[in-house]
Amino acid sequence: MTEKTGSLRHDYLRHDKKFPHVWCPGCGNGIVLGSLIRAIARLGLQKDELVLAAGIGCSGRMPVYVDFNTLHATHGRALTFATGIKLARPALTVIIVMGDGDATAIGGNHFIHAARRNLDLTAIIINNQIYGMTGGQYSPTTPYGSFAATAAWGHIEHAFPIAELAATAGASYVARGTVYHAAMLDDLLAGGIARKGFSVIEVMSNCHTQYGRRNQMNDAITMLRYFKEQAVAVDRAAGMSAAEMAGRFTIGVLADVEKPNFTEEYQKIRDRARQQ
Amino acid sequence: MSEKTGQRLLLQGNEAIVEGALAAGCRFFAGYPITPASEIAELMSLRLPALNGTFIQMEDEIASMGAIIGASLAGVKSLTATSGPGFSLMQENLGFACAAEVPCVVVNVMRAGPSTGLSTSPAQGDVMQARWGTHGDHPIIVLAVSSVSDCFDLTIQAFNLSEKYRVPVIVLSDEIVAHTRETVILPEQAAVTVIDRMRPAVPPEWYIPYEDNSRGVPAMADMGSGYRHHVTGLIHDVRGFPTERPEEVDAFIRRLFRKITNGFPEIQLTKTVMLEDAEIAVIAYGAVTRSALRAVRQARGRGIRAGLLQLITLYPFPRKAVEAVLRQCRRVLVPEMNMGQVIREVKRVNVATEIVRHNRVDGQFITPAEIYAHLLAM
Repeated sequence: MTEKTGSLRHDYLRHDKKFPHVWCPGCGNGIVLGSLIRAIARLGLQKDELVLAAGIGCSGRMPVYVDFNTLHATHGRALTFATGIKLARPALTVIIVMGDGDATAIGGNHFIHAARRNLDLTAIIINNQIYGMTGGQYSPTTPYGSFAATAAWGHIEHAFPIAELAATAGASYVARGTVYHAAMLDDLLAGGIARKGFSVIEVMSNCHTQYGRRNQMNDAITMLRYFKEQAVAVDRAAGMSAAEMAGRFTIGVLADVEKPNFTEEYQKIRDRARQQ
Repeated sequence: MSEKTGQRLLLQGNEAIVEGALAAGCRFFAGYPITPASEIAELMSLRLPALNGTFIQMEDEIASMGAIIGASLAGVKSLTATSGPGFSLMQENLGFACAAEVPCVVVNVMRAGPSTGLSTSPAQGDVMQARWGTHGDHPIIVLAVSSVSDCFDLTIQAFNLSEKYRVPVIVLSDEIVAHTRETVILPEQAAVTVIDRMRPAVPPEWYIPYEDNSRGVPAMADMGSGYRHHVTGLIHDVRGFPTERPEEVDAFIRRLFRKITNGFPEIQLTKTVMLEDAEIAVIAYGAVTRSALRAVRQARGRGIRAGLLQLITLYPFPRKAVEAVLRQCRRVLVPEMNMGQVIREVKRVNVATEIVRHNRVDGQFITPAEIYAHLLAM
């Protein structure tokens, strides 16, 4: 396993002076990155045919580390850039990594419309429930009652359930995982990338530096334990009452449907237009 | 375009922009509906599929701008079109295109503002926004169309300059030019000069994506063509990776400006009419040029030695051409459908010639009679 991971790092990460990375010790982003390259290796995708696009924030630095075609776009807009790339070169596999603030606050409109449009893209949303890079301000997924740099008196807004939002908006594939359940995360990412149409994988991740520190979870281990205890597999959750599920969240594949995707539908329009 | 052979068509300005874009090789359009620019999107949605191109209507203008940058990064010439309110939303990603040097063309069919303003009335209020709308120090090219044939020719020119200099080009139109129908002769495709971005001539392992050269314009590899590299809106080193080293930051910003300065002679487009012996002149751009031309001719009929300088390129500001007019003429009139934006640039050239303003901000066109009245008094 160690040997294999070492080889993947060599194969998929950039060799030229891009490390050490910018993330805090214990940050979940590294686990997501590891899972991503394992999923890509499993699918046998070539580096030249891969695009990793990101917005702004801690997650936004991930593209620098991978040896693909990479893009660090503007805050919240990565999906719009990715839309242009995918339509211009449909053969590319386009993956977008975003944070919770990036994807569902400033980029919320792009997110729901990308899901509705069902373009063949894979969006990974690392949900650490906070704005980490800017210093711990509350995000659209900061839980009610918790504390943040801009919620010194306790947070009074309610969190977006990102995966459920994506499913409702029309995404073809929706899954939620955590950085504790790393092996499952490999499967979820591979499943999302393989699925034609818009895929969303929400990854519950730890920002002990900015979120945990203000909410009695000072270190990475405590936060990982929290994910382990709060996460409930989708099939198990189906048999649980609302009271039992209070404060917990489901993990696994929430939606996986085959339906017409924009890329293929547009090609049909081109074919029709050329015949006339 | 000097050729007179081709297809003779009655087109409105917005339609001619589509024809120009397609002739220039544009194969991707992303946009959001807005008056008075929507016809451009409508016609693109009709025309692009048969050309193996792509049209997409995005959720807003921020997304439209992002999508055309993405498509251009993947090697496809891209266009969006909007009006003032949408142009405001595009400024964020427009800055990205400046920083990452992504060729693209943005048409802004100006309507009266600020805010929602007068959505179906012409104005020229977005000149400064076209130049300085996005944050930070950046070069950009801005062209202004005055006729339907301009719409065709200058849209091609916009794509060519954008590709050659790896810079976004803004085409400023206005509600009058957009919706006026005129006969234009569209040249055969073979007669159209089309410039494509310089792509790397070295193998991928030798490619340095932002390496300086004599022109200051690095070769650009299509995303997905084997030249894997990083693209960012952060200030980056020659390899495209973020840097905060003062010497690298300084070299980057200065190169962005140098590449445009190097191209001044071919970027700064102007047109002169009856200026050879002129004592007074009108400096105009956009639709107002048409009224100015009529007024100048009328003044000539009265024996007044009047001339016209049309600014086709607004930015980089064609300082040399303006200076020549200011040195030659004793008085210069700058009519604008705003409170005076280009007149400030003219005054900055400053050779002590008297510069007269004429401003109209009621959503109505400046008529030839208004300009003529000034010329009589000058």
